[in-house]
Amino acid sequence: MRVSRAESAVTHALLVIASIIAVYPLVSIVMSSLDGGAAGGDGFGLNNFAVAWERGGFGNALLSSAAISITVVLVTVAVVCLAGYALATMQVPGGRVILLVLLLGLVLPYEVTVLPLYQMMSQWNLLDTSWALILPQIGLSVPLGVFWMRSFFASVPVELLEAARIDGASRFEVMRLVLLPIAGPAVGTLSTILFLFTWNEFLLALILVPQNELVQTAPLALSFFAGAGRASDPGVTAAAAVLVALPIVLAYVLLQRRLITGLTEGAVK
Amino acid sequence: MTTLAPATAVVAARGRRRSFRTSHSWSSLLYLLPALAFFVVFVIYPIIVSVQTSFYDYDGLTPATPVGMQNYLAIFTKPALQDALKHSMVLLFFYAALPVCIGLVLAGAMSRIRIYGLTLVRALLFIPQVLSSVVVAVSWRDLLAADGLINEALRLVGLGAMTTSWLGDFNTALPAIGLVGTWVEYGLCMVLFLAGIVTIDRSLYEAARLDGAGPVREFFAITLPALRPQISIALILTITFALRNFDIIWNTTRGGPGTSTSVPSVYIYQDAFQNRMLGQASALAVVLTILILLIVGIVQWLVREPDPSGLGGGTPPTRKRGHR
Repeated sequence: MRVSRAESAVTHALLVIASIIAVYPLVSIVMSSLDGGAAGGDGFGLNNFAVAWERGGFGNALLSSAAISITVVLVTVAVVCLAGYALATMQVPGGRVILLVLLLGLVLPYEVTVLPLYQMMSQWNLLDTSWALILPQIGLSVPLGVFWMRSFFASVPVELLEAARIDGASRFEVMRLVLLPIAGPAVGTLSTILFLFTWNEFLLALILVPQNELVQTAPLALSFFAGAGRASDPGVTAAAAVLVALPIVLAYVLLQRRLITGLTEGAVK
Repeated sequence: MTTLAPATAVVAARGRRRSFRTSHSWSSLLYLLPALAFFVVFVIYPIIVSVQTSFYDYDGLTPATPVGMQNYLAIFTKPALQDALKHSMVLLFFYAALPVCIGLVLAGAMSRIRIYGLTLVRALLFIPQVLSSVVVAVSWRDLLAADGLINEALRLVGLGAMTTSWLGDFNTALPAIGLVGTWVEYGLCMVLFLAGIVTIDRSLYEAARLDGAGPVREFFAITLPALRPQISIALILTITFALRNFDIIWNTTRGGPGTSTSVPSVYIYQDAFQNRMLGQASALAVVLTILILLIVGIVQWLVREPDPSGLGGGTPPTRKRGHR
């Protein structure tokens, strides 16, 4: 590659600037959350976090978000493994139509489902319970999950499946004993993506669980906390935002390589 | 363990996936049942109810009265709702067009050199995607405030006259929210394009340079056509995000000041849960859905794969084998 050193330097500089801009807002809330200021007095420390934790009920919110997200991921992965397996390896009656409808489901705005969901949950007396968020979010995660697992199962050499069938394994056993043991990475990346989406979902939480502080999700609690003026001190609001972002950022630091490769490759498929 | 006869293997290999699939297997529907049950009950059924409600005047309490197309007519005649749709189009530029262009320019520059620290850059660029939009809104509210970083930076470079409370000013609130969206999406676009660039055969660039192609020609002849699948997916993701967009606006301006940043999703929420006009809200949600499907469909058609007269002007570049 014969490219001048100057060009290489300019491109790297651009990348550094782009990266700094990408992380700066996060860095800035971390800095202002650590800035003691009016809340605690001594200039630097964790006072803001203590205040935010106490006033905003973020302990409950984080637990509730975790419980909801984990349930959604577990159930979704289970049902989409079954569905993806069938669509990848069997002659499903109406399979093409099912895939087309699921494809539309990938770009649907949640706005078109939330009003009827509100009425449904209210009729079922589930409003302001975790189930009001868990059940719809499983449904909304199904399209992505089915496409994801279907493309994984379709990538497994068909000879492997046939060998197992000839050995006398039933179709279900082929999936359980042959495919699932090698599906770890695909399931892992899918779970990470679904967890992220579920954890960050805001509109559904705002509409379906607004009244019950015990099941408010972390983003919803933050939205109420930042909007209600309960924290007139920007440092406390920033601390609350950091509390909500922290679990996700930590998980991201651990899983980023797999998440990004998985997303960029999976998205194009 | 395997008792597979060689003949069977040959047949199996030739028949590929066909042979494993028997004819229509109705029992396969059992595998689909749980996933489809969730999807139908919590996605399809609500959509049907939304479409139905959109033809009624309904406050959620008293019986609904049918009003035909009136709710839809209102969307195209009420100035407030028309403005909301116009704002969405403006945001489409900031949330989709701008990030894709930034991503393409930087990806084009990166395709020409060996990048040091690529993994770290990628990880940092992707951060806006993993943050909750409420966290994004809270942090940008501070940066865009009257005493925020953006204004400090402007004063520093002698543009103090331009400073304003970006989200509180009728003229700047919409572009300011647009730029937050650009910030959320440009990293995603770059990361997608970077993944595409590593699959481009390096020898194509060598050949182009031997033929005397400059950076611009190289970009339009090799990089851009090769990134077609990534551009397509980037546009789907950014366009749907732009048109759905409720969280960031709700947590920064709530559609204000006045109605300067109102978008359909804000009206859907307000009409349904504050003004109790469920029919109107449903009609708007249906229009929003059709709009998203329509725009995504048009864009997919525009960047579709086989067109000999298209951007590349020649044969599409081959990819390194086995890299996907």
